[in-house]
Amino acid sequence: MQVETKISINGKDYEGEVEARTLLVHFIRDVGGLTGAKVGCDTSQCGACTVHVDGVAVKSCTMLAVQADGTSVTTIEGLADDGDLHPLQEAFWAKHGLQCGFCTPGMIMAAAKLLEANPSPSEEEVRHGLEGNFCRCTGYQNIVRAVTEAADAQKEGAE
Amino acid sequence: MTTRIFSSGIRRREDPRLITGKAAYTDDVTLPGMAYAAILRSPHAHARINSIDTSAAAGMDGVLAVFTGDDINAEFNPVPCAWLVPNSDLKTPAHPPIASGVVRYQGDAVAVVVAECRYAAEDALELIDVDYEPLPVVIEPDKAMCDDAPQLHEDAPNNQAFHWVMTGGDVDAAFDDADVVVGERILHQRLIPNAMEPRSAVAQFTQATGELTLWSATQNPHIARFLTHVVTNLPEHKIRVIAPEVGGGFGSKIPYYADEVIAIFCAIKTGRPVKWTATRSEGYQSTIHGRDHVEDVELAADSDGNITGIRAKVWAGMGAYLSTAAPGIPTILHGLMYSGAYDIPNVKADVYGVFNNAVPVDAYRGAGRPEATFLVERLVDKLANELDVDPADVRRKNFIPAFEDGHDVATGLTYDSGDFAMSLDMATEKIGYQELREEQKRLRAEGKYIGIGITTYSEICGLGPSQVAGAVGFQGGLWEGAIVRFHPSGKVNVAIGSSPHGQGEETTFAQIISHELGVDVDDVNIMHGDTSQTPMGWGTYGSRTTAVSGAAVAIAARKIKDKATQIAAHLLEAAVEDIDYENGNFFVKGSPDQAKTIQDIALMANVAWDMPEGVEPGLEASTFYDPPNFTYPFGTHIAVVELDKDTGRIDVNRYLACDDCGPQINPMIVEGQIHGGVVQGIGPVLCEGAVYDEDGQLLTGSMLDYALPRADMFPEIETSSSVTPSPHHPLGVKGVGETGTIASTITVYNAVMDALKPFGVEKLDMPLTPEKVWRAIHANGKEN
Amino acid sequence: MYPANVAYHRASSVAEAVELLAENEDSKLLAGGHSLIPLMRLRLASPASLIDVGRIAEIQGISVCGDCVCVGALTTHSTLASSCDLQSACPIVPEAAALIGDPAVRNRGTIGGNLAHADPASDLPTVAVALGATIKATGPNGKRSICAGDFFQDLMTTALDDGEVMTAVCLPAIQAGQGMAYAKMLHPASRYAVVSAAAVVTVEDGRCAAASVAVGGVETAPAKASSVEAALTGNALDAGVIACASAAVADDLAGDAIDDVFASGEYRRAMAEVYVRRALTSAAERAG
Repeated sequence: MQVETKISINGKDYEGEVEARTLLVHFIRDVGGLTGAKVGCDTSQCGACTVHVDGVAVKSCTMLAVQADGTSVTTIEGLADDGDLHPLQEAFWAKHGLQCGFCTPGMIMAAAKLLEANPSPSEEEVRHGLEGNFCRCTGYQNIVRAVTEAADAQKEGAE
Repeated sequence: MTTRIFSSGIRRREDPRLITGKAAYTDDVTLPGMAYAAILRSPHAHARINSIDTSAAAGMDGVLAVFTGDDINAEFNPVPCAWLVPNSDLKTPAHPPIASGVVRYQGDAVAVVVAECRYAAEDALELIDVDYEPLPVVIEPDKAMCDDAPQLHEDAPNNQAFHWVMTGGDVDAAFDDADVVVGERILHQRLIPNAMEPRSAVAQFTQATGELTLWSATQNPHIARFLTHVVTNLPEHKIRVIAPEVGGGFGSKIPYYADEVIAIFCAIKTGRPVKWTATRSEGYQSTIHGRDHVEDVELAADSDGNITGIRAKVWAGMGAYLSTAAPGIPTILHGLMYSGAYDIPNVKADVYGVFNNAVPVDAYRGAGRPEATFLVERLVDKLANELDVDPADVRRKNFIPAFEDGHDVATGLTYDSGDFAMSLDMATEKIGYQELREEQKRLRAEGKYIGIGITTYSEICGLGPSQVAGAVGFQGGLWEGAIVRFHPSGKVNVAIGSSPHGQGEETTFAQIISHELGVDVDDVNIMHGDTSQTPMGWGTYGSRTTAVSGAAVAIAARKIKDKATQIAAHLLEAAVEDIDYENGNFFVKGSPDQAKTIQDIALMANVAWDMPEGVEPGLEASTFYDPPNFTYPFGTHIAVVELDKDTGRIDVNRYLACDDCGPQINPMIVEGQIHGGVVQGIGPVLCEGAVYDEDGQLLTGSMLDYALPRADMFPEIETSSSVTPSPHHPLGVKGVGETGTIASTITVYNAVMDALKPFGVEKLDMPLTPEKVWRAIHANGKEN
Repeated sequence: MYPANVAYHRASSVAEAVELLAENEDSKLLAGGHSLIPLMRLRLASPASLIDVGRIAEIQGISVCGDCVCVGALTTHSTLASSCDLQSACPIVPEAAALIGDPAVRNRGTIGGNLAHADPASDLPTVAVALGATIKATGPNGKRSICAGDFFQDLMTTALDDGEVMTAVCLPAIQAGQGMAYAKMLHPASRYAVVSAAAVVTVEDGRCAAASVAVGGVETAPAKASSVEAALTGNALDAGVIACASAAVADDLAGDAIDDVFASGEYRRAMAEVYVRRALTSAAERAG
C-alpha cells in the first residue's frame, strides 16, 4: 500500500508516495538521497541509523516513514551549522573518536541529544548514554573522550 | 613547517568526510538503472536439495531474474581457497557460489533474486519453493573427526581438511624428563566479527567493452580482482575493483565470498548494475566467523619453573568450506607462535583442520595469534599455580633476553627485536602490581574477589616476505606497491596497493612523506582502494599496512629525494655529493640560504626546462617493497577484574596495555588501535560467542542474542608504550592493529581465573557468562 | 531485513482505532513500533494492516489524581523515566523505565505497546504486577479495566481482546511508609531482563505492614511472589528477614522457567532470589 508521505529533512521537504512498510532510514537514504544514516543491524541494537525526529533521537530503522509523516528530521548531514562543524563533530575529529566511521553519524546524533539532556555528563554517564550505539573500532574510549570534550567546548561557547 | 610531523598525534584527514556523513560506503553507491539482489539461504545446516521451484518468484512484479546453482555453476568456477598450506594433506572440496545438490551450513546460498527494489527482492525470496531432505549435522570440530560423524564432503574423508605438524626441538623428551607438566583443554568459541558495516557489493558489467567494475566492502581489492578473474574467467585487465569507504573489517572482509560472485553473475545476466547488501542477521550466516578451536595443550617444566616444552593438539573448525585464507590461520599464524615471549627449546603443534556444518571460518583480528598467546599464557599461569609462585616471576624466569637484531625461536621464526622483561617491569610498576596483590588479599578476607591477569606477548605481523608466503602456500605475494608523484605545484599524490579501512593511513602515510621530504602534510594525498588507480598490493590485514605498505611509501620517498638531489645539484651547479638536505630544502653544503625547495625541484622536474644530463623528466617514484622478515611487536597487559559472587557477573575494573610497536608515526592513532583491539579481545571472554544447536541452527542469529561490547562495559583502558625499533624496517615500525586483541583475551581470562582461585575453579569455557561463573563457584563448595 | 507489504491506517481517536481494528482483519496496532517493527523486519510478524494509534492525543500524558497516577498508553519510556510527577508519585516506574533498551529505544517505545506485547523479559509488566496497576482498554463493547495480575496470561499473551485498544495504565501512588524498587539483570545483547524483581513494601512502626513483589524473566509471565510477601509481612525488614523471604521465591516459581542460550531455567530461578533480595533491600531502605 502506497501512502503519501512528507518529511522535512535538514530543512528541505521530501514528499512522495511510499510503501507503508518503508523504514524511515530507507526514506532518508533513498528518497532523500542522504546516506549519512547507516543500516548496521536489523534488531534496533546498533544505533548507526540514529537521527533526530522533531528533536528526539530515534533509531530510524525502527520507525516507518509514514510514522514520521509531517515531522522534521535532522541527520548527520544537517548537524553542521552553515558549514561550521558541530562541537561534537569537532571533538570526534580532535579526539580520534572514530576509525572506520560507519557508526559515527549515529554515534554523534545520539551524543548530541545526550549532551542536550545533560550538558556536563560524567564519563560513566556518557558510557551509559551511548549504550544504544555500537562501535567495533574504538573500544569506545576516544568516543567518550570526544563527548566529554564537546561538553566542555559547548560550555565554554555558552559563557 | 612540519619538522616534528613524525611521532605527532595530528588529526586524521579521513575524518571530515566521515563526521559529516559524506563518506560513501558500498551500500551508499547508487548507479543509474541499478537493481537489487537478495539471496535465499538454506535454513538447514546440512540437506540435500531435491528440487527448487522459482517460477512464482520469477513471475512476481518487479522481479527481473531468479538464478540457482544450476545457472551460475555452469558458467563460473568454484570460489577458491587461496592458502594451500603444504605438507598437510590439504583437501579443497569445491565451493560453488550457489549450492548445487547439497547445502552444508545454515546460510549456504540456494538461489538469488534480482528485483527493482530490495523490498521486492526480499518478497520474492518467500515465493521460492525448495524441497530439502535434511542430512545429519556435526558442529564441534573434534566430534567432526570421530568415526561415526556425518560427512560433509566426499573428497575429504573423516571431515579432515588438513593435518599440519610443526615441531621444534625434541618435545617428547622434554615431557618425559619434565618435573612438572600442566595441561588443559581450551575451547575458543566461534566469534562473529561484526564489522559495523555489513558486507556489500555492487557489480556493473559493460557488455560492449567486456569491463566489470565491482564495488566491494573488501580489505584487499587487488586480491578480489585476481580472484574475480579466477572465478568468472573474465580477463584481469577488464576487471576493476573499488573498495570505497569500508566500515571495518577485522579480517571478515579479507575473504573472497560467494556473494560477490553472485552479484557479478546477476549483473552480467541482467545487464543491469546489481547491488547486494547483507542485513546484519544475514551477515551472521554468511560472513566468516573466527576462532573455533578445540585444543589439548600441555607445558613441561623443571621444578625451578624453567619451561622446557609446549605441545598442543588442535582441532580447528573450518566451517563447511575452506574460506580464502582459512588453512593458514590455525597453522602458520598460530603454531609458529607457540614460543611466545619465552625461551622454550621444544615445541610442537599438531593441528587438524576440520570441516563442520557451520559458516566458514577465516582470519578474525589476531587470526591464530590470540589463540596461540592464550595457550602459552594460560599454561604459564597454570605453571605458576602449580609451583605456587607469582605469575609475574615465572614469566621473568623464562623470558627471551633482550635482543635488538634477531632471535631464533624453536618454531623456526626469527623474532626481530624485543625486550620482554623491560615490558613486564614497566607494566607491573605502572599498575602497582604488588599493591594490587596486597589489596586482593585484603579484599578476600572481606569476602570480595578480585583477580589479576598478566600477559606478556610477542606476536608476528607485518606479513610478510613473499618468499615465505610462497613457501607456506599462500597463493599470492605479501609485498606492497607505492607510487609517489609530485605535481608541478609541489603537491603530492601517493597511490598505495594496500587498502586501509579505518586504520588512518591516509594520515600516517602523509606523515611519512612529510617526514621524508619536508612537504606539508596537508599537501599530500593518499589514494587507495581502486585497482585502476593504485599499484599492485596485497591488502590491509595482519597488522601489515604500516609495516609493509608504509615501508614502500618511505622507500619511494627516498627515491624521490635521490632524484631531487640530482636535480638540485644541477640547478645549484654543484656535485651531487656536495648537496645537503634538510626539511625539504636542498642546498650546497654550508649554504643553506641558497636552497632549492622540494617544490622548486618538483616544478623543474615537471616542466623539464633544465634537467641534468640523462635524467628523465617528472618527479615520481614507485616501489614494490617486499619485507625481509616479519615484524614482532610485543608488550605486557594487566587486567583487574571483580567477581559478583551472588550472580557470577565479572566486571573489568582496570586494564593496562603496555605495547611496543616500534616508533609511532601517530601516537593518537596507535592508541586508538590498542583501545579497539583490547575491547574486541575482551568481548569473547565476557560475552561474545556464536552458538549453534545440535541441528546446526545458529542460536545467536542476530544482535539481540550475540552480545557485543558496549560503551558501559569498560573502564578507561590505560595505555603506555616502549619503543624498540624493528632492525629491518626502513622506519623501524612494527604494526599495532592486532596487539590489543592478541593480548587482551587471555589477560582478562587469566584475571578471572585468578579471581576464582579461592573457589577451586581452574577452567571455564568462554564466554564467561554469569551463569557459568556462578555454577563454577557453587559447584566446588570451596568458597571461603 | 525488510518488512512485508502492509496496509496502513492512521487513527485520530480511540473510537476510530477501535473501528479500524474491527474493519481490518489481521491488523495490528502500531504505537512506538519498538516491539512490532523489529518483528516485521525479521518477518516474524506480517500483519495485513497497521492501525497507527501514535498520534491519538487522548491517550498521551501523565496525570496524578489523588491516590492514582494515570499514564496514557502512548507515554514513552523516556517520558516515564524523566517524569517528575512519577518520580514523586510512583518512583519505581521511572527507575524501571530508565533501564529499558537504550535512550533512542526509550524515546519511541511506549508503556502501552510494552505491556500489550507482554514479553516476559520486559521490564514494565513486572513493575505493573508488583504495583497492582490497572490497565484501561476500550473496545467495541465499551471501556473496561483489567488488573495487571490478570492481564499477563502467557508468553506474549494478554487479556486484551483483538478488538480492544489499551488507553491508559493506572498506577497506585506511593503512600507514606512505602518504599519501592526495581532490580534487573540485563541481558548483555538484547538489554531485556534476564531476571528482574519489582518490590513495594509498606513499613509501619518498624515492621512490614504489606509487601508486593513480582519477578520477571523467569516464567512466561510476571510471577507474583506471594511466599516472599508472606515471609515479610509483620517482620522488621532487616537483612536477615529479607534474605529469608527472598529465598522463599523458589516456592513462587514452580512453573517451567525460561531456558535459553544465555541463562538456564535453574540459573534464572536462583537469580530470582538474588534480585528479589536486591529489590527488597532498596525498597526497605527507601521506606525509611
